[in-house]
Amino acid sequence: MEMIKVTIDNKVIEVEKGTSILDAAHSVGINIPTLCYLHLHDLNITNKPAGCRVCVVEVKGRRNLAPACVTECTPGMEVNTHNIRVLNSRKTVLELILSDHPTDCLICPKSGSCDLQTLAQEMGIRQIRYQGEQSKYREDTSPAIIRDVDKCIMCRRCEMMCNDVQTVGVLSAVNRGFMAVVAPAFERNLDHSECTYCGQCVAVCPTGALTEVDHTNNVIRALADPSKTVIVQTAPAVRAALGEEFGMEAGTLVTGKMAAALRRLGFDYVFDTDFAADLTIMEEGTELLDRIARHLGGDKTVKLPILTSCCPGWVNFFEHQFPDMIDIPSTARSPQQMFGSIAKTYFAEKLGIKRENMVVVSIMPCLAKKYECSRDEFKVDGNPDVDFAVSTRELAHLIKQANIDFNGLPDEDFDQPLGESTGASIIFGATGGVIEAATRTAYEVFTGKKLEKVDFEQLRGMEWIRRAEVDFDGTPIKIGIAHGLGNARKLLEEIRDGKADFHAIEIMACPGGCIGGGGQPLHHGDSSILKARTAAIYREDVGKPIRKSHENPFIQKLYEEFLGKPCSHKSHHLLHTHYFDRSNPVEIE
Amino acid sequence: MASINIKLNQEKLSQLQDICKEFNNEKGELINVLHKAQHLFGYLPAEVQEVIAHELKTSAAHVYGVVTFYSFFTMTPKGEHPISICMGTACYVRGAEKVLDEFKRILKVKVGETTPDGKFSLSCLRCVGACGLAPVVMVGEKVFGRVSPDGVKDIVEEYTK
Repeated sequence: MEMIKVTIDNKVIEVEKGTSILDAAHSVGINIPTLCYLHLHDLNITNKPAGCRVCVVEVKGRRNLAPACVTECTPGMEVNTHNIRVLNSRKTVLELILSDHPTDCLICPKSGSCDLQTLAQEMGIRQIRYQGEQSKYREDTSPAIIRDVDKCIMCRRCEMMCNDVQTVGVLSAVNRGFMAVVAPAFERNLDHSECTYCGQCVAVCPTGALTEVDHTNNVIRALADPSKTVIVQTAPAVRAALGEEFGMEAGTLVTGKMAAALRRLGFDYVFDTDFAADLTIMEEGTELLDRIARHLGGDKTVKLPILTSCCPGWVNFFEHQFPDMIDIPSTARSPQQMFGSIAKTYFAEKLGIKRENMVVVSIMPCLAKKYECSRDEFKVDGNPDVDFAVSTRELAHLIKQANIDFNGLPDEDFDQPLGESTGASIIFGATGGVIEAATRTAYEVFTGKKLEKVDFEQLRGMEWIRRAEVDFDGTPIKIGIAHGLGNARKLLEEIRDGKADFHAIEIMACPGGCIGGGGQPLHHGDSSILKARTAAIYREDVGKPIRKSHENPFIQKLYEEFLGKPCSHKSHHLLHTHYFDRSNPVEIE
Repeated sequence: MASINIKLNQEKLSQLQDICKEFNNEKGELINVLHKAQHLFGYLPAEVQEVIAHELKTSAAHVYGVVTFYSFFTMTPKGEHPISICMGTACYVRGAEKVLDEFKRILKVKVGETTPDGKFSLSCLRCVGACGLAPVVMVGEKVFGRVSPDGVKDIVEEYTK
């Protein structure tokens, strides 16, 4: 670890050899502006094509300005980050980028959270001196993501996420020069590609080129319709991040305020997706134990490992890319969908209303959920179990539009009977949480013993792929966990090659799990936000009186009154599903 | 691994797979593979690109990105008689643009396109070095010199007889 001395803005500092000028400056509080650069430190995800040239600095002895993000410090280097030459160049670069950018900030969905807009403000851009032809590309709307590439600045972050992190490979830079865009193969629309709608591209896009399909108007209309009973469910990861949209520190739990806000927005019943997560554990846990029991009993036909199936991005991924393995994931539906199914049957019955008069809205950290609720198998005679999935960001907009003072709200509880949840359900929001929740229940059912310590630290953490063993009173249960689809691919290939020695695997498409979902408040490259949200999730778990799904009294009541038992005929009909081969078949003449 | 929906015949498909194998199915050899594939098929339709993507274990989007970046790679088949109009300095100054416009008008195609019957495709060339004959038009390997807008229809007729 060789240390070298460099001078930045007349400050002499010592840095490790190989450090970029950007990082060196940052270490002493000099924050050189960037645009295409992205570094999610805790996840080791980096994008530095050095394409935008916003971060240019002057280096003594070098003829041209250097891009700070990729230029390494050398011994004795002298750098100036904001003399007049640098400032003029940066402004020119920005003006050139803006010269081919739509100026509809006032109505752009990214207004207020756009990196380009913020940079233009900070750099004091007051005119765009370069006028010329403007890119005109068609807008591409899919069930979850909207591509408006007129606003694309070719930063390549989306391409990096899709190809290198998620390994879905939908996006690439195509054409050249003025005509260059980032697009799917053959410039088809997203809904004709292998896009999983994981939304990680949306999560990192610095402009309004990639945004989510907005359902806020649909929700407002439903709320205003007197003939509809509108109920809402909220995912675990939302409560750990919603506060950020109202100026709170990342990792502030706002469960109570969230319920209060939803009530004030006019929802008839404010329920919790976590309730359905406990339900998912009952169904999936039973399935897991059944497969393990048959395996231990010598049944060679049983498929192990069982894979979790609550993540629609992940379901899309294996339907498109590993269709030969669609019989190994769990058949359990996701909590969002289980909730909708129960709401429009069990709860509608209790209220004495028809399912067509109930509107189920879900608040999700996820964009793939928008696609999931539109899948035909989750509808009954054309009426969807979940009508609209709305992201955390959209909920924040709804609350602001209704001029509700979020920060001043009291903490309120969810309604019953679909609002009670355990600590096991809340940890669904973090990578490792689903399988830990399943373990808490599976342990007690398998061993017949009480679980004293419910925390399984070996299942937690941010490492991309984790392998752990849980001792079920003498029987070692092998568990694999992956987050980020690229890591899911690695585990799937292990299974395919017969090298996987697991009983169960949990997969989450988004880095960090749902807390890092495509619908969450934007992190703008600060991965410490993801860590803070994860910590909040586990804090809420500890604070719950009941921490095992099977001990949820309302879940027990649901089975007693309505479902019978897990994996019963009725449970199968309402709470389980099957998968489809969505790859393109070979046809050779 | 996604399977591919293709309308290629088995023989051509095997030849394409052999080309990929020749380069050890290495992702880094994409451009070399594309050159050979274009030589084999005359152009690079979507189906061929999808097969190459599958063989080289990369995404179709990536292959498409490379194909669209280099002007040599084409996704439309070239016509039976490829027409190239030289746009070098001498030809340009002697009215090459007017000649090009006349070709566009008669053939009813834009630059880079092929006529629906597959007979002619239109493209522009940089200097061919026959400046004494400006404006120059090449049809296949044949060079036409001192082409005037009026003479365009005669050239086209020569190939439609």
